[in-house]
Amino acid sequence: MSRAKSSRKLYSTVPDKIFDVCNIIFMICLMVVTLYPFLNMFALSFNDANDSIRGSIYIWPRVWTTANYEYIFNESSVFHATLISALRTIVGTIISVFCTAMLAYTVSRQEYVLKKFVTIAFVFTMYFNGGLIPNYLLTKELGLLNNFWVYIIPGIIGVFNMIVIRSFIEGLPEGIMESARIDGAGEFTTFMRIVLPLTVPALATVSLFVAVSQWNSWFDVFLYNSSRIELSTLQYELMKILSTSNTAANSSGSAADAFASAQGNITAVTPTSIRATMTIVASVPIILVYPFLQKYFVKGMTVGGVKG
Amino acid sequence: MVGKHTSQTVVAASTATGSSRIARFFKQLSKQKMLMLMSLPFLIWVLIFKYVPLYGWTIAFQKFRPARDLFNQEWVGLSNFKFLFQEEAFYRVLRNTLVMSSINLVLGFVTAIVLAILLNELRNILFKRTVQTISYLPHFISWVVAANIVQTALAPEGIINILLLKLNLIDQPVLWLGKGEYFWSILGATEVWKNVGWNTIIYLAAITTIDPAQYEAAEIDGASRFQRILHITLPGMKSVIVILLIMNLGHILESGFEPQYLLGNGMNVDYSENLDIFVLKYGMNMGNYGLATAAGMFKTVVSFIFLMAANNIAKRLGESRLY
Repeated sequence: MSRAKSSRKLYSTVPDKIFDVCNIIFMICLMVVTLYPFLNMFALSFNDANDSIRGSIYIWPRVWTTANYEYIFNESSVFHATLISALRTIVGTIISVFCTAMLAYTVSRQEYVLKKFVTIAFVFTMYFNGGLIPNYLLTKELGLLNNFWVYIIPGIIGVFNMIVIRSFIEGLPEGIMESARIDGAGEFTTFMRIVLPLTVPALATVSLFVAVSQWNSWFDVFLYNSSRIELSTLQYELMKILSTSNTAANSSGSAADAFASAQGNITAVTPTSIRATMTIVASVPIILVYPFLQKYFVKGMTVGGVKG
Repeated sequence: MVGKHTSQTVVAASTATGSSRIARFFKQLSKQKMLMLMSLPFLIWVLIFKYVPLYGWTIAFQKFRPARDLFNQEWVGLSNFKFLFQEEAFYRVLRNTLVMSSINLVLGFVTAIVLAILLNELRNILFKRTVQTISYLPHFISWVVAANIVQTALAPEGIINILLLKLNLIDQPVLWLGKGEYFWSILGATEVWKNVGWNTIIYLAAITTIDPAQYEAAEIDGASRFQRILHITLPGMKSVIVILLIMNLGHILESGFEPQYLLGNGMNVDYSENLDIFVLKYGMNMGNYGLATAAGMFKTVVSFIFLMAANNIAKRLGESRLY
């Protein structure tokens, strides 16, 4: 390998070097285009709202202030919505990942007589679903409208996630589980004590997917819980602000109120500054977490992509 | 009880092999009680949350009145479908759905493959890792945040207008989201921005399976960089490209919902409204459950036919099956 590398350097020609330079410039442009919007939102969120109206805030605040953050966390429902977002993310991820892993374990067992039946019953639902209206009516019938649990229960099992975990368990050496069984451990004990700890890489991947989708979802709030403000989430609050500032879009009442109170407030925040601040609050947890799980999700995607 | 049980087993064993297989099945099942207990709650869950809504497809054949329960509705045969196929708006949303998913398909493929190849050509590993990590970021943020970003960037005083004005490409700020004919391009660009990095993962994985000796041999033979990409890297990615292309063709009616809903407005509705928004509008806003369910059912069934066809093509081309 090292010989090949050095020979590459020796024989690298002029066009080769031009290509390298262009490639690096292109990659830098890509990073700028990806990061600029976040830096811009960051700058707007820490800049004085009235000063921002003058324009030309790009990647750094001109007049530093934390007033925007103080405003959204003190005087509006945003703080409560952030708590609900965090709660559904934590509770939803723990329950969903545990249940999906347990189901994945049962269908990974070759001798399980219902293995095929269970697998087909779940994979079928990847292609056929009732759609919006039947799901809505079911949710209503089950009393899950205006209920926190509508965020958790309908999404407990993700079939794609199940396939990722199952493939991982199938790759574990059979001997480990066999020896546990010889020692008299039951299936559940084997699952809890042996399989779960060994499956951590797959669980990390799936946890990230579930947590991100929990944190990011707003449509279930909109569809099922929009009449109970205390169940609103951060993303839904942001969505309401977005749709009011969307010219001629169907406006929603409470967001318009938020707007009015924002504009009339003496701390002088503007819709733009609130939007930017909420965007940052909604993105920061994700920005802080995903880079550390990179090696897991890259592997998980590759496995799921090939076998799923 | 015990005697009865044994006699049954004996009878079962003596009569037919079919029933003995059933007996053996139940015997095995009773041995695997714990495994069954572990999957049973989820079988009940999938029955309630995934299969009961399928029964809800009957709404497509009813004149549904929410005040009555599901079993006392008036049956109207195919009239919801007839109405749907005569509705001009339905063809418009169908066109929008197909155009937007085709744009996403082509753009998504080309950009991800090109980026994967270019990433693979980077020599500095640390730089490569940094680019990759940053490029994954937009995939993880919500569509609400992404829509916010797009709207801010495309606003009259937004960065896109500022740049274009400075480059003298336009004379005055353009209201990008206010003009329907720009919507498809904006959506395509947004999808690329959000997912191009993420989509490279699977191609980069395919590239790592290529034998490095091939590159060395090509280099010794005097192949240029471009020739190496064309004759080694691309063929090495071929099977993954074909599989993903076919799989995505099966999802041609899935043009997404969130970006169109969040970026759509009264001025671009003729171009932004797709099937999913149509279902939401007719079902939830207008209360026409029958028509909305019929449209949803149309989508699922056609998607499934596409997917089956795609899978068959994949098999015939000798590529590995999707599932």
